[in-house]
Amino acid sequence: MTMSTPALVLAVLVLGAGTFAFRYAGPALRDRMTLPPRAEWLLGVATVVLLAALVATTTLLDGGEFDSVARPAGVAVGAVLAWRRAPFVVVVLAAAGTAAVLRLLGVP
Amino acid sequence: MAMRSIYRTLRADRELARDIGLVCLADAVVGLSFGAIAVGEGLPLWLPTLLSVVVFAGAAQFVFVGLIASGGNPVAAVLAGLLVNVRHVVFGFTVGDLLGRGWRRLAGSHVMVDESVAFALAQPDPARRRAAYWGCGVLLFGCWNLGVLAGASIGTVVGDPAALGLDAAFPAVLLALVLPALRDRTTALAAATGVAIALATAPFLQAGLPVLLALAGVVVALARPRAEVPA
Repeated sequence: MTMSTPALVLAVLVLGAGTFAFRYAGPALRDRMTLPPRAEWLLGVATVVLLAALVATTTLLDGGEFDSVARPAGVAVGAVLAWRRAPFVVVVLAAAGTAAVLRLLGVP
Repeated sequence: MAMRSIYRTLRADRELARDIGLVCLADAVVGLSFGAIAVGEGLPLWLPTLLSVVVFAGAAQFVFVGLIASGGNPVAAVLAGLLVNVRHVVFGFTVGDLLGRGWRRLAGSHVMVDESVAFALAQPDPARRRAAYWGCGVLLFGCWNLGVLAGASIGTVVGDPAALGLDAAFPAVLLALVLPALRDRTTALAAATGVAIALATAPFLQAGLPVLLALAGVVVALARPRAEVPA
């Protein structure tokens, strides 16, 4: 690492400011308009699509590569439990537990 | 809505409060390892700490620190981090009505993360949506930052979150929260299309971009006739 401290602080602040602008845009703009029900519904769908894509990519890929078996297996166990309406705590602990046990057994 | 009523809602809904607590605990451990990794890569202690307070977005923080630690250009690191965070624009429009005005809107925007948005989305009524969003957002902000500070201070001896299966816990958390919405056919079809796009493009594109491209899946929902849309 050769970067100067002021440059690094500035980089962090710019990333923070930009991220905040992304976050603030919706709440600030929403106040000035009334969205029709269909637009509200589409926004909800868009959010679900984003979260689902996030789930899929973080489950199957790490840094752009399909690298792990234990992680997807854990998430799959969690998914089945969630689909069968198991309590949230059970879903999360089963997913983590499955991945942890598989890794303990040497599965990548 | 006053902060007190949010507290009251969370006290009344023990299950929701417990679920939020569990997620915050898991994220604190991930924060612990984020702090330790950053310092382990030779970065100063203040960097992961400041980053976590100012940016407060795990995935972007990992991308930023990874690029800086490997000697990357700071402009490129900032842009890469921003790209990962663009999705918050959509989140903001969806949960914007839960935030209020003035300082509440400022604070509420800052605690907008995948988990707080997903928790809000999974609630059946406005009072609980607001309580889940704020409860998760504020508690997570505390846990994440304490975790990162502790991890950066303790350094490399912190255990690997993957050994605890926490890398599987994060997607499982989001999936469990999003699943009720996926029981709607159109939403499920849109999500499946988005997921396919994200997975197909992820090996070739920079982090953040595949998830944004997944938004094309919403076209499926657009094609749905107006009459079928629930009011």
